[in-house]
Amino acid sequence: MTEHASSAAVSIESVSKTFRLPHQQYSTLKERVLHPLRTTQYDELHAVKDISLEIAEGEFFGIVGRNGSGKSTLLKCIAGIYGVDTGRISIAGRLSPFIELGVGFNMDLTARDNVVINAIMLGLSRRQAKERFEEVIEFAELSEFIDLKLKNYSSGMLVRLAFATAIQVDAEILLIDEVLAVGDAAFQQKCFEEFFRLKREGRTIVFVSHDMYSVERFCNRAMLMERGDMVQLGDPRAIGRAYHKLNFGQLPHEAPVETQTGADGEGTVIAEAWFQNAAGEKVTSASQEESLSMCFEVRIAEDLVEPVFAATLRTELGHTIIVARSDQHAHSIGSFKAGETLVATFGIPNWLTPSRYLLTPSLAREGTGENALALVEDMASIMVHGTSTGGILELPVDVRIERA
Amino acid sequence: MSANPGGIRMPVPRRAPASHRVHGPSALSGDFRRFWSLTFTLARTDFKLRFFGSVLGYVWTLVRPLLLFGVLWVFFTKVGHVNNGNTPGEKFYGAQLLGSIVLFTFFAEATGGAVRSMVDRENLVRKIHFPRLVIPSSVVLLALFNLGLNLVVVMIFALASGVRPMLSWLELPLIVGALLVLSAGVAMLLSALFVYFRDIQPIWDVLSQILFYASPVIISIETVVTKLSSTLLHVYMLNPLAVIFQQFRHAIITSNTLSAGQALGSWTALLEPLAIVLGIFIIGFAVFNRAAEQIAENL
Repeated sequence: MTEHASSAAVSIESVSKTFRLPHQQYSTLKERVLHPLRTTQYDELHAVKDISLEIAEGEFFGIVGRNGSGKSTLLKCIAGIYGVDTGRISIAGRLSPFIELGVGFNMDLTARDNVVINAIMLGLSRRQAKERFEEVIEFAELSEFIDLKLKNYSSGMLVRLAFATAIQVDAEILLIDEVLAVGDAAFQQKCFEEFFRLKREGRTIVFVSHDMYSVERFCNRAMLMERGDMVQLGDPRAIGRAYHKLNFGQLPHEAPVETQTGADGEGTVIAEAWFQNAAGEKVTSASQEESLSMCFEVRIAEDLVEPVFAATLRTELGHTIIVARSDQHAHSIGSFKAGETLVATFGIPNWLTPSRYLLTPSLAREGTGENALALVEDMASIMVHGTSTGGILELPVDVRIERA
Repeated sequence: MSANPGGIRMPVPRRAPASHRVHGPSALSGDFRRFWSLTFTLARTDFKLRFFGSVLGYVWTLVRPLLLFGVLWVFFTKVGHVNNGNTPGEKFYGAQLLGSIVLFTFFAEATGGAVRSMVDRENLVRKIHFPRLVIPSSVVLLALFNLGLNLVVVMIFALASGVRPMLSWLELPLIVGALLVLSAGVAMLLSALFVYFRDIQPIWDVLSQILFYASPVIISIETVVTKLSSTLLHVYMLNPLAVIFQQFRHAIITSNTLSAGQALGSWTALLEPLAIVLGIFIIGFAVFNRAAEQIAENL
């Protein structure tokens, strides 16, 4: 059976899928009898056009694209729900049969019955399904509601139940279509952690989503589809930008100059960038309200007078939170000689909302800061823990309620 | 990012699994255990849901055939005087009638329920990879659950009206088996065709009504034998339901009535309706198997 010596978990070779859509939705026997020679008129919809792709074992692969771009069709072809017209798909390992969460949930049954049924659909035996029931309910945090009918569940509770059941599946390759659209922030965080765990365990996950945030956050690689074609394949952040461009004709933030070193700044390099806490230790995660510094180390290759050091902090989605600049936030910083190694530190109060943030350090000559000598996008990252009120910043608030 | 305490455990993936090709959906794929557990789960869920929220619950499954039986029995014995209980085979007319109604109810439920089944289960078919045959199979299995329970009532009724246990009761699994194969064949055929031709539903509604009257349910075979010419009788007995119902009456209710073989004239003549049963099953499977790959796209 081994047709592929490579370690590709999913191998797609020039796969095409065309749907034939009859002009009239349902052909009736009467029509057939009255017009036996007339062939039905079809519109051909090329949902997937000649796509070739290899997804490595242990990879978290994202497929993004607008509605109708063929991404779900491709996923269904991988799952074996649709047969392919041309090309072939090979997989190595057990494939989870689910595409969407909560498939087969019946609103008239209790959560208990639905979890067992759903788990059996996903390939567990009845005994396994019953054994894992407690874990599912515990994970979904729905122990008080196990004997409640699903029609009385909120949509968020449904998703929690469905997700908790779905991750029980014993498969090496998981195909996931559009999840995490609902659910409160705390549960989403839990799902993200579960995704990280799946990722660490080395499972291969193919993930279809509109949510660039989760694609950029989890995926090792991503693919952008448009009208059945593969438009771009590569780094999730680049794919995310291409997707936004496709959707809105522009980027959510001004794209920074994509240069490692400035044109005439040969040799000026940013050696390292990091976050550090109040004690001066390098950290990759921090709690809210503990002060935080964005730091980077530069080795300059020319003499500089009043250069501009800048640290740009962005969310994973690419929204800029702060641009800290040495010319605006500090007084004169003096001049430096070629060959010196400098460390820039920008201390900020940590008012960030829990999430992951990325640091882009840069160095420019005196002036507006446009003339970059060195810039490295997203060189360091930090995970902020704490409570979220739902805003993008957790600013200190002085609350006062008085009788007028 | 610590391991979640008491959380979800999953076996670590095996190393270097062999690569295999993904095929499109089919009628039967994967292991039998999954096929069976899915079929059973769907049938069980439907059984649970059917009388969901009703006070009498399962009793309603019994009430329908019993009510039909009651009406027919009163009409044909008291009003119509079709059966006065004088001829030897008709002593147990009531038990025979009820038995045939229950068997027909199974056939009607299994086939009629299967017609829309693929379309009604659209959300599963379009979103999960599983052997497509699970869906009509679960409908037939659900009807079989009901048949099992209804047969208990038939046996109680038969014993109460004076039927005594016979060695030929051992034929029951064979009789039910033949009916099951026939119903499954028709169910596969109809469920696959309905996806492409929505006219199947009204057509089948009418056809199954015709089959009800074309089988020895109300009238006994003795009446049929005397009324029809031998050619017409031959045609009548080509209907597998007629053979199955009659053999049920003979083997389970009273040996005074003709066996299916006797009604046909010889045992070897039974091969014809048997061949029809197998033929329908094979055609049903072939049609379903051919349609299976495309069903998800055509729903």
